[in-house]
Amino acid sequence: MGDTRKVTIKAFRFNAETDYLPYYKSYEMEVGKDELILDLMNRIKWEHDGSFSYRRSCRHGICGACAIKVNGKATLACKQNAMELLDLFNNELTFEPQSKKRAVKDMIIDKADFWEKHAAVKPYVIADVEPHPEHETKQSIEESNNFLDSDLCIQCGACHYSCPALEVNEDYFGPAAFVAAYRFTVDTRDNAGKERLEITSQPAQGVWDCVKCFECAEACPKEINPIEKITKLHNMQFEQKVARSNIATRHAEGFVRSIRKHGFLDEADIVVYSEGYMGMHKHIKTALKMLKSGKIHWQDGVPFIDNMPKIKNLDEVQKLIDISMTNKL
Amino acid sequence: MSQLHYALFTGCTAKQSTPELLSSTLAVADKLGIKITILEEASCCGASHLQDFDEFLAHVLNARNICYAEKLGLTMITICNTCQLNSAMTKHALDSDPKLKARVNEKLKEVGLEYKGTSEIKHFLYTLVDEYGLENIKDKVTTPLSNFNIAPFYGCHNIRPSELHHGSNNGENPYAPTSLDSLIEALEGHPVDYESKNKCCGFHVELQANHTSEVLAGNAMVDAIDNNADMMVTPCPLCHLKMDTYQDDIGKVIGRDVALPVLHMPQMVALALGATEKELGLTFHVQKATQLFGEARA
Repeated sequence: MGDTRKVTIKAFRFNAETDYLPYYKSYEMEVGKDELILDLMNRIKWEHDGSFSYRRSCRHGICGACAIKVNGKATLACKQNAMELLDLFNNELTFEPQSKKRAVKDMIIDKADFWEKHAAVKPYVIADVEPHPEHETKQSIEESNNFLDSDLCIQCGACHYSCPALEVNEDYFGPAAFVAAYRFTVDTRDNAGKERLEITSQPAQGVWDCVKCFECAEACPKEINPIEKITKLHNMQFEQKVARSNIATRHAEGFVRSIRKHGFLDEADIVVYSEGYMGMHKHIKTALKMLKSGKIHWQDGVPFIDNMPKIKNLDEVQKLIDISMTNKL
Repeated sequence: MSQLHYALFTGCTAKQSTPELLSSTLAVADKLGIKITILEEASCCGASHLQDFDEFLAHVLNARNICYAEKLGLTMITICNTCQLNSAMTKHALDSDPKLKARVNEKLKEVGLEYKGTSEIKHFLYTLVDEYGLENIKDKVTTPLSNFNIAPFYGCHNIRPSELHHGSNNGENPYAPTSLDSLIEALEGHPVDYESKNKCCGFHVELQANHTSEVLAGNAMVDAIDNNADMMVTPCPLCHLKMDTYQDDIGKVIGRDVALPVLHMPQMVALALGATEKELGLTFHVQKATQLFGEARA
């Protein structure tokens, strides 16, 4: 194998001003072993079609402008070696904008929703600062380490536009906004943590609508692992008593109740406990179907309550819950 | 090949709403001569929800489960993607953070256990494909699945985050996974190629964000149906529950009929290896699936 490879690149083409529908166009080129995806986009523009449009600026992985999707994979074009992706995808690459429905021209999208949601979580330190303080506001290395990786976010939108919850629910803030919320909430210089936890705990927009798909962790070019921060925000809502009893918080806390009783999750009980009896009407049809197929059973004439198995050595689990649990709803 | 022997972490679902998952898993192991020791002491993995409430407690409980596999000196296998993810996340957290490991072990000591980090954790799908081997499985097929177009649905928690899973899933590409496709081919079925195979089914927000959940499941099912799938197959019982049990609700939300049998990965293998109807447990499905037993032999 030589140092170059002849490939065909497919690119999404669309001009919102003139095109009714998007289309794909193919470009043949010899790709060198050190070329980046951004180099390939440049070559489409410079060697094939000057109208091909994309954002680029720093070329050093710090401005976040050139983020696109290659074969569905969120890609920061100026950081991604082309050969690596050719290997990963059997030499067939398709360039697409981060969000096809937000495309303005080719790879360029309207990121307004990203910035609105980012701004909504108040991504800045909020504190009363003396105009002439006697001392600097100091922070230990450990304290700053709490948000060191979150601080690396370049707002490229890779996680945001990879999030399926956001595709379906336009109100949802999305992983990038949550990383920002986390970053400032754990900053010891900041006083608005509770406010941010309130904002990010609201149904529909907040962390409880996360579908746990880990697309954001996979997408981030800075390896920030947004869903890890989402889990921390969940925990902090309980720690700081911001979490209110609702279907989502009871669903999380209800696991302890089940595990203490059986070691297993009681699948029927968690639905009843999370919904409350008043909410159960939504599940009656499904429950009846599950009863019919034997997925759930009747016991002692009481519906929805399974003849629950118990794990061996349940007492160990009960003891561990008692000595390890720190949060309360 | 010396006999493979694994410690099976069943998870909650296989012990309750999907007994067919456990019976078909044991049938596959039996047909292939794989020895299984069920970890009857293992508790719930927290399913990512306990983690939202109290992450430390979730680590303690998952570490305890792993301790029992370590005691047997066996690899712990899972038959649920979410069990796999949460167990592997605890293992990774403890193995890479000595302080956290010490904190967890301080608790485990109270019940006479110690987490060491000596057992691997692997989903049954990958033990079949990578350890038992597809060629060896091919030799055991008695009922080829050549009558079926089968849509592989991978489920998030076996393929993402890839960095966590790559040690146990043979470097599966989360954007273009192949293991389940290859398994279907080894059983002589026809894998359906469709875009949604690596997408989210929405199970985890079924209660609090029902609309999101139904749309995500619906998108994937419609994609499979439009690409001529006769059935869907998944290594995750939570994907199965979402897509099998809620088909009527999904159909109402997305405005399309999504009637489609959704099999567990071990059920599909068991079908090809000639397991009995009882072992397959197709009667436990909400969407009628019992006909598949006869259709496979037609």
